[in-house]
Amino acid sequence: MFGWEFPPHIAGGLGTACKGIVEGLAHNGVETIFVMPSASGDEDQSCTRIIDASDVAVASVSRTVDEFINRVKFLYVDSNLVPYVNPDEYFEAIEKMKKDPSLRQTIGFGQKFRFSGKYGANLMEEVSRYAQVGGTIAMQHSDEFDVIHAHDWLTYLAGIAAKELTGKPLVVHVHATSYDRGDEQHIDTRVLDIETRGMMVADRVVTVSDLTRNIVINKYGIDPAKVVTVHNAVDFSGRENLDVERGVKDKVVTFLGRITFQKGPEYFIEAAAKVLKRTKGVRFVMAGSGDMMNRAIMQVARLGISDRFHFTGFLRGADVQRMFAMSDVYIMPSVSEPFGISPLEAMRTNVPSIISKQSGAAEVLKYAFKVDFWDVDAMADDIYALLQYPALSAFASESGFQEVNDLKWNQATAKLKKVYESIITQ
Amino acid sequence: MSRSICFYFQVHQPTRLRQYRFFDIGKDSHYYDDFANRTILDRIAAKCYLPMNELLLEQIKKHKGKFRVAFSISGSALEQFDRYAPEVTESFLKLAKTGCVEFLNETYYHSLSSIVSPTEFRHQVLKHREAIEEHFGVTPKAFRNTELVYSDAIGAQVGDMGFTTMLAEGARHIMGWRSPDYVYSCDTRDSLNLLLRNYRLSDDIAFRFSDSNWQEYPLTAEKYLGWLKAADGDVINLFMDYETFGEHQPSSTGIFEFMKALPGVVLKDKEFEFRTPSEVTAAHGSVSPLSAPEAISWADEERDLTAWLGNALQKDAFKKLYDLSEKLSIIDDPVLWTDWGHLQESDHLYYMCTKFFTDGDMHKYFNPYETPFEAFINYMNVLSDFIIRVNEMLETK
Repeated sequence: MFGWEFPPHIAGGLGTACKGIVEGLAHNGVETIFVMPSASGDEDQSCTRIIDASDVAVASVSRTVDEFINRVKFLYVDSNLVPYVNPDEYFEAIEKMKKDPSLRQTIGFGQKFRFSGKYGANLMEEVSRYAQVGGTIAMQHSDEFDVIHAHDWLTYLAGIAAKELTGKPLVVHVHATSYDRGDEQHIDTRVLDIETRGMMVADRVVTVSDLTRNIVINKYGIDPAKVVTVHNAVDFSGRENLDVERGVKDKVVTFLGRITFQKGPEYFIEAAAKVLKRTKGVRFVMAGSGDMMNRAIMQVARLGISDRFHFTGFLRGADVQRMFAMSDVYIMPSVSEPFGISPLEAMRTNVPSIISKQSGAAEVLKYAFKVDFWDVDAMADDIYALLQYPALSAFASESGFQEVNDLKWNQATAKLKKVYESIITQ
Repeated sequence: MSRSICFYFQVHQPTRLRQYRFFDIGKDSHYYDDFANRTILDRIAAKCYLPMNELLLEQIKKHKGKFRVAFSISGSALEQFDRYAPEVTESFLKLAKTGCVEFLNETYYHSLSSIVSPTEFRHQVLKHREAIEEHFGVTPKAFRNTELVYSDAIGAQVGDMGFTTMLAEGARHIMGWRSPDYVYSCDTRDSLNLLLRNYRLSDDIAFRFSDSNWQEYPLTAEKYLGWLKAADGDVINLFMDYETFGEHQPSSTGIFEFMKALPGVVLKDKEFEFRTPSEVTAAHGSVSPLSAPEAISWADEERDLTAWLGNALQKDAFKKLYDLSEKLSIIDDPVLWTDWGHLQESDHLYYMCTKFFTDGDMHKYFNPYETPFEAFINYMNVLSDFIIRVNEMLETK
């Protein structure tokens, strides 16, 4: 299994999902070897064996190198690419790299490559190196596995290399696509190419929702017969809900996530303005940061609701739990969301959630309120109802809590096991 | 009558807000960054207020009362002197006792109340007058509004309060072909005389003095006198922030030496006399009424209100703040009045300014926030807590 990160050191939701998957697979009797670019050593290895790609030297046999170049056609990376950072961070990273050339590494054959394992400025180069190292690892361990499983585009090239060099079947797991990361005019074609290639070469494509499955079929042109949805689950074991003293007496409606185009922050603001026209005893909170934050603040000021609409900036650790604990309604108005784990977190904290129909989570959550992301009237109606009718919010809270506790990786990975079995017996 | 030079220095320190998070709303009603306020005041007292007061006192004594200046000290600054640096008040008191220093009246909280609430404006003017009387034993006679904000409507309010002298900006767009170097009168109240800032000569000291790229660098008292003499008119009004001396222009630039030399050079030449604002209006009559239908100020290239009320953030914050005035009058609680006053300080709005391009440097220099958006969020969090307190008090009434 090729991943990019694994808890405890994670930047996004991908690492958490990977951990859930290997644990679920172990429960279902499937052994995994988890390869990641840069391990710290404190990862939980009770359910998987972790191989740190930074520890592995690239095989120096020239025939293999040629094959690398011929078969995998590694892109020579001369420019930088950052999929998950905002433009400011990108600029900073580039500046830093200019000042300190040692950050740019080159690799010779028979050498180890020190991966950062982050989403940095030389990500594209890391992705390409990771594929070479990944291919090498696959050959070294070729008699120890039956299926190759690669998580998101960062690892697809490694998956392809491993498949080409060992002949084993490949599963690519689509947690997000380029179409979820930005609007269509701003898609990075290099990422798109890697995604397309990974999906084309793969024997099976696993998507985290039917929504994503449709994108894979319609936008990437992948044969529907080999695309399977395995919905995400979430592991809440050992989580106690916080008891938080609330400063404000009003009800609190919360948005928590990156403030970017695809998360639909402006629809939340419009709905908030509509609710505030009808009732005063409510506050809205937008927690997080992102490239649309300043625009969102301006929008709030222009609507004249800034005494009732608050921004917290980026929240970390316990503050996230605190924010959920202070909330009465959670809202995720995403324009495009492959899955979206945050409403599950909210519901686990007994907070009724409103989510957009354009999210993967909407396919599995029965007790979340679902609206089209653009339908701010419906959004306002649901917010208002959850605030005004205690019977409704109590019902949503209790049923939602029950529902998310029942979403287990064990069931999800049982489905994944079937996918493996279907390609091994081929 | 000899020509006049009129120096007026603005002394103000904002009551900076602490980082106030959403989680603090409804829980903690202390809004101020006492540490920053104290350390900044200590620094400026040591670099500017104390040494410059000493210098002015020496010059006044040396020239036997012929060197005269005016100050306007905001109530917010006075509060910080009392709390953190009483020696600064002492040193201003020494200047007051010479009889050669005029103290001007302004809004106690350095606010923009003049453009939105005549009641609050009047209240703050009177509160400031009392504070000056209490601290320095003199009753201010001339008026200057926050950031030299002036319009015909404000002139009418100020005239109606009995003032006969008010300071304003010699903004090009209201002056047209006219020179700022004469006394004018308010278009809506004949009794009110206007002294207009000569921004070119004022900014030569306040902004350009230490600029080594400036073709006139370095500026000497003799050269400056030449420029003063070349200007025609009855009076040259040199209005600037007091922090110019030692803070914006550090002592290493030679600004103190310049100010030490200037009175002697000017007085020896005998063309000019130093007069304070009230003395200027007594000496020179108004040459003409001056109309200002839209508000002007001394800030930025535009010389208008856009530094404080230019964008949607500032307008919304300003409206939300002053929407409370009716409720506050019903409650009439001294603690709430005080917080409301501090929240009215124009600096809070200035930090939210988004005109970064031409005047960005100046804005950045004074801004404790990284972005105007951060400034807005923090201010609105504080204001949200304040509104909760107002509403709770109102319920118990």
